[in-house]
Amino acid sequence: MFNYILRRFIYAFPLLLGVNILTFVLFFIVNSPDDMARMQLGQKHVTEQAIDNWKQQRGYDLPLLFNPTKTGLDKIKATIFYQKSLRLFAFDFGISDSGRNIDQDIQQRMWPSLAVALPSLIVGLIVNISVALMMVLFRQSYLEFSIIVLCIIIMSISSLFYIIGGQFIIGKLLMLVPISGYDTGINAYKFLILPVLISVVSGVGAGARWYRTLFLEEIEQDCVRTARAKGLTETQVLFKHVLKNAMIPILTGVVVVLPLLFMGSLITESFFSIPGLGSYTIDAINSQDFAIVRAMVFLGSVLYIIGLLLTDISYTLVDPRVRLS
Amino acid sequence: MPPILKTLFIILSYLCLFACNEQVLNNPYPASADKGLAVLYSSFSERPRHLDPAKSHSSNEYVFIGQIYEPPFQYHYLKRPYELELLTATQMPEIIYLDSAGQVLAEDTPAEQIAFSDYIIAIKPDIQYQPHAALARKKQGGYLYHQLTPQQLSRITQLSDFTQTGTRELTAADYVHQIKRLVHPQISSPIAELMKQYIAGLSDYALTIKDQPRTALKDFAISGVEVIDKYRYKIRIKGKYPQFIYWLAMPFFAPMPWEADAFYSQQGLIDKNITLDWQPLGTGPFMLEENNPNLQMVMLKNPNYHAAFYPHEGEPGDREKGLLDDAGKRLPFIDKAVYRLEKETIPYWNKFLQGYYDASGIASDSFDQAVQFTGDGELGLTPSMLDKGMQLQTAVTSSIFYMGFNMLDSVVGGDSERARKLRLAISIAIDYEEYISIFMNGRGVTAQGVIPPTIFGFSEGEQGINTYVYDWVGEQARRKPLQEARHLMQEAGYAEGIDASTGEALILYLDTAASGPDDRARLNWYRKQFSKLGIQLVIRATDYNRFQQKMLNGNAQIFMWGWNADYPDPENFFFLLYGANGKVEHGGGNAVNYQNNEFDRLFKQMSNMENSPERRAMVEKMQEIIRHDAPWVYGFHPKSFSLFHSWYHNLKPNLMANNKLKYQRIDPRQREQLRQQWNQPVLWPIIGLVFLMVLLVLPAVRSFQRRAKETIK
Repeated sequence: MFNYILRRFIYAFPLLLGVNILTFVLFFIVNSPDDMARMQLGQKHVTEQAIDNWKQQRGYDLPLLFNPTKTGLDKIKATIFYQKSLRLFAFDFGISDSGRNIDQDIQQRMWPSLAVALPSLIVGLIVNISVALMMVLFRQSYLEFSIIVLCIIIMSISSLFYIIGGQFIIGKLLMLVPISGYDTGINAYKFLILPVLISVVSGVGAGARWYRTLFLEEIEQDCVRTARAKGLTETQVLFKHVLKNAMIPILTGVVVVLPLLFMGSLITESFFSIPGLGSYTIDAINSQDFAIVRAMVFLGSVLYIIGLLLTDISYTLVDPRVRLS
Repeated sequence: MPPILKTLFIILSYLCLFACNEQVLNNPYPASADKGLAVLYSSFSERPRHLDPAKSHSSNEYVFIGQIYEPPFQYHYLKRPYELELLTATQMPEIIYLDSAGQVLAEDTPAEQIAFSDYIIAIKPDIQYQPHAALARKKQGGYLYHQLTPQQLSRITQLSDFTQTGTRELTAADYVHQIKRLVHPQISSPIAELMKQYIAGLSDYALTIKDQPRTALKDFAISGVEVIDKYRYKIRIKGKYPQFIYWLAMPFFAPMPWEADAFYSQQGLIDKNITLDWQPLGTGPFMLEENNPNLQMVMLKNPNYHAAFYPHEGEPGDREKGLLDDAGKRLPFIDKAVYRLEKETIPYWNKFLQGYYDASGIASDSFDQAVQFTGDGELGLTPSMLDKGMQLQTAVTSSIFYMGFNMLDSVVGGDSERARKLRLAISIAIDYEEYISIFMNGRGVTAQGVIPPTIFGFSEGEQGINTYVYDWVGEQARRKPLQEARHLMQEAGYAEGIDASTGEALILYLDTAASGPDDRARLNWYRKQFSKLGIQLVIRATDYNRFQQKMLNGNAQIFMWGWNADYPDPENFFFLLYGANGKVEHGGGNAVNYQNNEFDRLFKQMSNMENSPERRAMVEKMQEIIRHDAPWVYGFHPKSFSLFHSWYHNLKPNLMANNKLKYQRIDPRQREQLRQQWNQPVLWPIIGLVFLMVLLVLPAVRSFQRRAKETIK
């Protein structure tokens, strides 16, 4: 397994390089260093000289990918891409274009993202599985039919509606929790109730139906029929056989998103004013801060690769038939 | 008891406990943290990029640094038109005019004979800086934290980790140090290049310190800026530039102690985002206690703040509005100001209604909820807002939004009569009264020229209207009938929108950076306005970067843009049409590349004059020239609407002042009472929902149990 993991890490390197080049090219197609300078210096009274000074100070006066004025390796090294992107591989994200240390910002902002995403994932998983099991338990009854209809309705509504509706009903009309905001430490709990609740409710439609499909597939298996024939009750059959056998797709689906929880949610964080990494990325795009955009895309790619690797490893843990080689 | 009922019982008990508790559940602030203090609660939607007064240029940054840093002058809080007054200075600057040989000239010397103007500024003694680690000193002399070892720095994660603080008296040298900072390459001040044009010796100084660290700034002198004594300094300006006084009221010219640069230049602090750009050091009424732009910014009253008092006089009507109730009282009134990150308008608005924010603007989404038109066409608050005791304030901003014609364009540009008539016809056809009504809920006034109300040179009534676009009918300006625009089109050779010379339909191109879904309706509206004259308008929507590039290259034909005043002087608007500021040729602010020799001559003359009837006459003459030439369709001046709660006092719109917080007062007891009253939790729907769910599930459970017990018969 060690060789497999090592190989996957080596494969990740060109992948990350590719992502980096792509991000770099796409960013600079839309924004030139001049645009970035104007954004940082403001729109008023900014002269060409001021723009040139800003670029020179931050190394944006170099060519983007290839420097024909240099010789040898310097043709590559004396470029914005080389100067700005190489140190990402050492997880040194450097200083943002507005002058802040990105590593510090990421360390500070990943916890609020995680504080929302992790409970949302865990509670969502429990609720989705419970609802799906209930549907399977009461299959072909009015209850299953009602829940399916409800799930479809929930799926058909935009997540933005849940956020605004949730804030309106629970925060404004019922006044049970703060409408938005965040706090550090234990005081954060009251700000997390609403986003977690909304995240769970908005996801229950798709989640419960997906798990129901998995359970229904399992319930038709010979082993389940045998369990029933042995005289187990329906609940015993569901929890001991159906749920256990359906764990492989459930687990792999969960593991792949685990590392990405740090990255946060763009809309939720924005509406609830949660200072996580999702809103950090959006702010950086809006303010054309290439240093942050590059760092966040790189971090996202690394976490995604780690997620895929963890998924592969988790296969071997839940299914003894799978071996990594 | 079955487990399900047990759980239900626990939930219900929990909810009842909450219901019996008097405390509100939705309070976003920590309970009892600020009890007894006058705390202002506000928000910011975008984190400030810079808090260094040499770099900072946005209004969302001035909200903070305007309260922390003190330039020598400030705008009077209540008087209108805007008036400068003393802040840390003891008197208005003494201005001495000099010729190129350095000889003193008389005050009335013509501007072209003046080679330099010396501004001598005297500041008040005994003004102390806020307590700060950068100023903490050792008992035996020297600074405590200026040369920390890497080991000492590793233990610091935030500014409050420094246990010792110090202060010192403000001196004239601190103002001079800040001027030096404007041109340091690492600081990248947005006004560096502009100031090099005005302040003598600044360009040379920039070259001298190009490769020097910030800490070395104090070791090099600028030829045009000097410290006369402990409380006086001199700035030498090239030529005559009366508007320079307005710059002296901006944070760019606030004092900065050299110790701040020495302290914050330590790499171990920079790595932890502890920089001067994020942790200000000033003499103002407030100091930044917490700077977490990812969550909240907190300002506390500066314990070392010098004596400053609420003004005794304002404009007529201020006394009746209660704006002079606190006259003569010591400032500031607020103990603490908390600004929370709030990115979306809907949550902000709802929290404002719950009393968790003290004031709010009015977004389009909430406009109808807050404001209604009364029977006589006036704007007023809705009954629900009045019930809460809210107050509404409106003010026409010192901004203008306009539609520009690229004067280099072969169709709409140039000084030919044909093009001028086409521009005038379009100016009449675009019904900005309708635009303001449809898209801005009436929050704006149509512009009659470039100068907004409250700026010197603006004329009210018939005298101030643009007679090329409006008629004075029944004591108000009325847009000329469309027939007149069509007539102008005919005279221009575009009757019914057909170019008489080619026989083809006239197609014009509007470049805009407005490309979102919300902008579609606005752009369609513009198409409709042009089609009134038979002109086909093609919209070329792009992103703002490309739009700016097009403007720089002169590739746009018609475009929309705006301007917000830096200072209340007509020069700050007319420069947008001054020939030497042409965007294509000079990269300046004249985006339409307008050039009129007479206008340029008057501009130069008017710029160097003090406000006087002669200057007003000159401004009117300039307005007449540009109204005649119509390089812009003078769009509108937006109107700001703000709501505030009954416990918030001394609020008056002041679009120029950055340091308004010190004048404002909060009644925390009244706020607490009303918050309690407005935010009692409503629990019955939750209890009802739980019962409903039980009722839904129970028959299914019964049915399942029955089915499970069934035997094969």
